Amino acid sequence: MTDAVRGEPPVEMIGVNKWFGAFHVLKDIDLRVREGERIVVCGPSGSGKSTMIRCINQLERHQEGTIRVHGRAYGRDLRENDAIRREIGMVFQSFNLFPHLSVLDNCTFALTWVKHLPKKEAEDRAMEMLTRVRIPEQAGKYPLQLSGGQQQRVAIARALCAQPKIMLFDEPTSSLDPEMINEVLDAMVELAESGMTMIVVTHEMGFARKVADRVIFMDQGEIVEEAPPAQFFDAPRFDRTRLFLSQVL
Amino acid sequence: MALLDSPAPAGSGARLMAVLNNATVRSVVYQALTLACVVLLFWYLISNTIENMSQRGMSAGFDFLGVSAGFGIGFTLIPYREGDTYLRVFMVGIANTMLVAVVAIVLSTVLGLIVGLARLSNNWVIRNVARWYIEVLRNTPLLLQIIAWYFGVFTLLPRPRDSIGWVDSIFLNNRGLYLPAPVIADGFGTVLAAAVLGLAGAFAWARFARKERENSGRIRPVVLPVLALLVLPPLLATLLAGAPVSWDMPQLRGFNFVGGLNIPPSFCALIIALSIYTSCFIGENVRSGVQSVSRGQTEAARALGVPPGRTMRSIILPQALRVIIPPLISQYLNVTKNSSLAIAIGFPDLVSVWMNTSLNQSGRAIPIVAMTMGFYCLVSLAVSLAMNRYNRSILIRER
Ligand SMILES: Nc1ncnc2c1ncn2[C@@H]1O[C@H](COP(=O)(O)OP(=O)(O)OP(=O)(O)O)[C@@H](O)[C@H]1O
Ligand SMILES: [Mg+2]
Repeated sequence: MTDAVRGEPPVEMIGVNKWFGAFHVLKDIDLRVREGERIVVCGPSGSGKSTMIRCINQLERHQEGTIRVHGRAYGRDLRENDAIRREIGMVFQSFNLFPHLSVLDNCTFALTWVKHLPKKEAEDRAMEMLTRVRIPEQAGKYPLQLSGGQQQRVAIARALCAQPKIMLFDEPTSSLDPEMINEVLDAMVELAESGMTMIVVTHEMGFARKVADRVIFMDQGEIVEEAPPAQFFDAPRFDRTRLFLSQVL
Repeated sequence: MALLDSPAPAGSGARLMAVLNNATVRSVVYQALTLACVVLLFWYLISNTIENMSQRGMSAGFDFLGVSAGFGIGFTLIPYREGDTYLRVFMVGIANTMLVAVVAIVLSTVLGLIVGLARLSNNWVIRNVARWYIEVLRNTPLLLQIIAWYFGVFTLLPRPRDSIGWVDSIFLNNRGLYLPAPVIADGFGTVLAAAVLGLAGAFAWARFARKERENSGRIRPVVLPVLALLVLPPLLATLLAGAPVSWDMPQLRGFNFVGGLNIPPSFCALIIALSIYTSCFIGENVRSGVQSVSRGQTEAARALGVPPGRTMRSIILPQALRVIIPPLISQYLNVTKNSSLAIAIGFPDLVSVWMNTSLNQSGRAIPIVAMTMGFYCLVSLAVSLAMNRYNRSILIRER
């Protein structure tokens, strides 16, 4: 962890602006994430939460400002961008597992084609991660044979296989049936306890209270309020935050 | 439903209704009725035709197949002489049709894949060139395109003495394309052996690359080495063995070329028109197939740091194929059937030599039409069976 020794923050966004055509989605976003910090991002639909975290691994390109990951900024060098991106794992709302590959092959895919690990080693690591999310027995199945909660845990295991230093979650439980939400949240809580740096977009306020070091509220492309969960939920400073909280709580 | 709960009605009319409303009875009755109608219709048509024909002294038998056909055929894939039988003519027609179909299918698939992917390119120029290629060529009739290539390009080429030539061995003129024809000589066995060795080597390398990937994780290039192994050994053997294959060069004698391999203009025009026309449809199939794979798949691969080429080959295409293959089957069948338009430019395919020339000469309409239809049906069935089997093998496993 040479980067951590140098003391560079895992993620740093400085004056980030982004437009979709004429639509200003992200307005002067400044965000500094500390090593091991757990951040929960919430806000109304369309406020730009997804876009912001997708900028962090450059699934979306920003047009103004700087995004640094462990001190390395995204730029025009595609190889460098790829290298930076490999520090980051991402879990999507719609799982995005590869349906034609078995659960095990989903997990080993990047290890084989990106990290160039031998098959044995890749499979060992995949099994280790599947055990961590408590579904090692599903390794031989195909994603569409699993329940939503199981699929999302596979997606977490797949992201963890690449040994990222930062994990991004974009509404990981929003497309799950209520009885499956907890199994996924449990996996995320355990991950948080292991010291992973995490940025989680979610409306699960219980999770935010329990795990987050900081809650960020976004509205209309701006970061309106950021505070530790106790303060955020019990004594929000802005009306917009209060209105939002009254709607989701 | 209240009807189901009520006790069975007593009257015989009601009992009959109950039987008629039974799902099994119904499906059997409908199927039997349909079958009976079809059989009756065919029986009527066939018996009527046979009667009409026998009144005019025409026979429906197959005895004419052994009779000498007595006409020449301009281009034959399998050997044929003018005195050969009608059966042989049938074979020649089938061989020519199959040749056109296979070559056009291969070319149109390659072209279609390229055009389809180009249509999805991020590059504005590439995307729009592909789009206009598809829009223009897909929306003009194939017959028009075949005739345009034939009369508009290949027959307008210079006369043989002014041929367009490349390195004095390949010539293009209004009599077609002339290529050097390989003639096997001593030492050809060495070349063959080298080719076989190269093929084995290619397999071995692909296997080795996979094993290496699994054992040490190293990714070795596969495509280029395999190509090299396929091409280089026979090439080297040819050089070392001292002309194991001699080339029969096309040469201008008087007004025309002699020697070499002549591919007639009609074949060139037919292949080009068919391949290009079909590639538009295949291109659209490829595009819709790729687009049917959700963006999330690309994004997940990108988030994992997988390079774009690998994502296309291992994630997108395998999933897109499920969507591409069913319409691809019908395109392949279309190519086979469309090849019968060859008759417009005088290429001797099955329809041209069999349904046209042979039928006119022998007057045996029934057996000739039946044999031709039988052939096309057989090909269609075979292609569908093979492709459906392949499609099933790549189905995604759900619950
Ligand atoms: N590719 C795109 N092109 C144009 N507009 C987009 C695109 N992606 C998102 N937007 C718009 O940008 C805004 C922010 O989208 P984003 O997905 O970041 O919102 P969000 O906060 O994640 O909302 P949700 O809670 O519904 O997921 C929305 O108004 C959306 O319509
Ligand atoms: Mg979102």
